[in-house]
Amino acid sequence: MAAIDVRGLRKAYRDTEAVRGIDLSVDEGEVFALLGPNGAGKTTTVEILEGYRHADAGQVRVLGLDPRRDAGALRARIGIVLQSSGVEQYLTVRETLSMFSRYYERPRPVEELLELVGLREKATQRVRTLSGGQQRRLDLALGLVGDPELLFLDEPTTGFDPSARREAWQLVRDLTSLGTTVLLTTHYMEEADYLARRVAVMSAGRIVAEGRPDELANRAGSVRVRFDVPLGQEPPRGAELRGGHYEIVAEDVARTLHEVTTWALERGVSLQSLEVARPSLEDVYLELTSEAQATA
Amino acid sequence: MINLRRTLAQLRYTNLAYWRNPSSALFTFAFPLMFLVIFSALLGQHTFMLDGRLVHQTTYYVAEMSSYGLISACYLNLSIAVSFQREQGVLKRIQGTPLPSWVYLAARVLHALGVAVVLVAITALFGRLVLQADLPTGFALARFVVMFFVGALSFSALAFAVSTFVPNADAAPALINISIMPLLFLSGIFIPLGDHTPAWITWTGQIFPVRHFAAGMQSGFLGTAFNWGDVGVVALWGGLGLLIAARRFRLEPAR
Repeated sequence: MAAIDVRGLRKAYRDTEAVRGIDLSVDEGEVFALLGPNGAGKTTTVEILEGYRHADAGQVRVLGLDPRRDAGALRARIGIVLQSSGVEQYLTVRETLSMFSRYYERPRPVEELLELVGLREKATQRVRTLSGGQQRRLDLALGLVGDPELLFLDEPTTGFDPSARREAWQLVRDLTSLGTTVLLTTHYMEEADYLARRVAVMSAGRIVAEGRPDELANRAGSVRVRFDVPLGQEPPRGAELRGGHYEIVAEDVARTLHEVTTWALERGVSLQSLEVARPSLEDVYLELTSEAQATA
Repeated sequence: MINLRRTLAQLRYTNLAYWRNPSSALFTFAFPLMFLVIFSALLGQHTFMLDGRLVHQTTYYVAEMSSYGLISACYLNLSIAVSFQREQGVLKRIQGTPLPSWVYLAARVLHALGVAVVLVAITALFGRLVLQADLPTGFALARFVVMFFVGALSFSALAFAVSTFVPNADAAPALINISIMPLLFLSGIFIPLGDHTPAWITWTGQIFPVRHFAAGMQSGFLGTAFNWGDVGVVALWGGLGLLIAARRFRLEPAR
């Protein structure tokens, strides 16, 4: 049975359509990432699945339940890590966890949670004294208190520095090895690539691509030719600066290479750093989302 | 039954956080007691006529600061706390757990009620021991208790209602204070209203619940007439607050 099953989901706020008819299926035990820029409709979609908002149209099943009608039963079985943290600031970390553990019938032991998210040393500190990264780990622990079958992570590492992000990723990986289904939203390609088995790219309220991260990268086929241009030298036609290098999206690789090498020979440029690369997930993502936004 | 147990369990954490938070412990708990001391020291040596009776101002302030203590706990503290918790996403997070949200809020109301009981008890004890003020007994005490609970529930309902007009956490203390402070002055809580009070002030007191509530509390301490109409007006305002809260109250931050 699918942990999440969505058909034709639509949601509008006043005059803007946030979600314009999406289908989504997440298997049990799977880590699924909803990838997309801000305003793509990811959070709206997730909040409908969590029962915070009601869909205008479409069918939504989460763990076989309707999040609207069976909110109470559903919330005993899911864990939610919201984008913005909201925890009582004047309780200690341990008090907060034991308070939340009372809300569930079969909670994870508090000490185990402290260990899991690495907050054991901070257990007796008040929440307001925690750093941003520590607060986010507490958020995660609160999402796990009820030992959920399904965990929602809404942009879990936004605002993290790179090392904190790596730590958080490792934590999520550890969790998923325990068999928890995870629905993750993110606007970091790297995060989806690292954590998710399947990815859906969302843009302007629609799912524009779906599949395994490597499948997605392969399928938008255009190869990139990358090279450096010496200072003061005019780059060849069609080359754009991206990530410190000039890049041409090559429809016909042989022709593009010929053009670039001809340009280089004429100017005596050595092309030391020449590289022919398959598109990364990021390239695919940018291509897909810019197309979708252009047609929206 | 299970929800009652959950409410009581939640109460413990609400209480822990309350005493550690300076804005609640100092502002809504210590303030009424500080005012009691200041006002009775500053203005306590006089007597004046109230409702045809000679009243010591010390006793007067014991009654008024009891009213203020309840309003501080059930209106100021509750509405500021609920506004903050809504804007910080605390209520939204609770909504995402199996705990019914009303249990969480009921614990807050019960806690406010408890704080009010403690504040009124300290005020009365201080009045009795330091100022030799009279305390309600017998039938007067029973009516006092009725006014106390009707007041506590009504001001709690109004607290939820007013919190729905607070646009963000920064605005909460200012907005909520402005909604009640002028009324406290115009209702004689801080300065007794004499015979020469301008008519518009008298009318303001007649319309809003503070004057009526304070009158009920006074009858306990000062032996002035108890008027069931006062209880009715306060309850009516409580009903209005409940109606507004039911229509407008949200657990999610306002955008």
